Amino acid sequence: MTENLKIKQLVDDNQVLLFMKGNPKFPQCGFSSLACQVLDACGAKYETFDVLQDPDVREGIKIFSNWPTIPQLYIKGEFVGGSDIIKEMYESGELAKLISPA
Amino acid sequence: MLLPSQIEEIIVANLDCSFIEVKGDDGTHFEATIVSPLFRGQSMIKQHQIVYQALGDMMKQEIHALSIKTITPEQWEEFNKS
Repeated sequence: MTENLKIKQLVDDNQVLLFMKGNPKFPQCGFSSLACQVLDACGAKYETFDVLQDPDVREGIKIFSNWPTIPQLYIKGEFVGGSDIIKEMYESGELAKLISPA
Repeated sequence: MLLPSQIEEIIVANLDCSFIEVKGDDGTHFEATIVSPLFRGQSMIKQHQIVYQALGDMMKQEIHALSIKTITPEQWEEFNKS
């Protein structure tokens, strides 16, 4: 339960937040790396949370979003998706819109 | 080693799909393309959750990485026309 509160706080406090393995400079997984590349390509300002540094959040986030994999992107407190969805939304232009509404 | 065909079998057993193809030959990274009427009218998040649900505990243990492409029967028809 405390993990849940912590995660809720994290996603509420950060406009664009990516839960990932590693960090944007040193991603520890190809899918996390891809998510960062796509956010960079959108010119997004985003924060990241390295789940490898916090096993409770690593497991807790999967329950929080009912999503079994990392990375996970949250925008304005809402779960947006994992790497496949982020990539598709980037390709359709939806992601850029969501990040910087005109 | 986990084979793509094993993942296909489990998804087919738990999810009503009209087409499925799972690729990947390293035993840990897979790519699935799935066509199902259950995806109609659902957000992409929900569509992927339907697939994860069909896989159940496998997502927690055996499968390290699974790329998913979800397609409705109508989208699939469009796809194959062009």
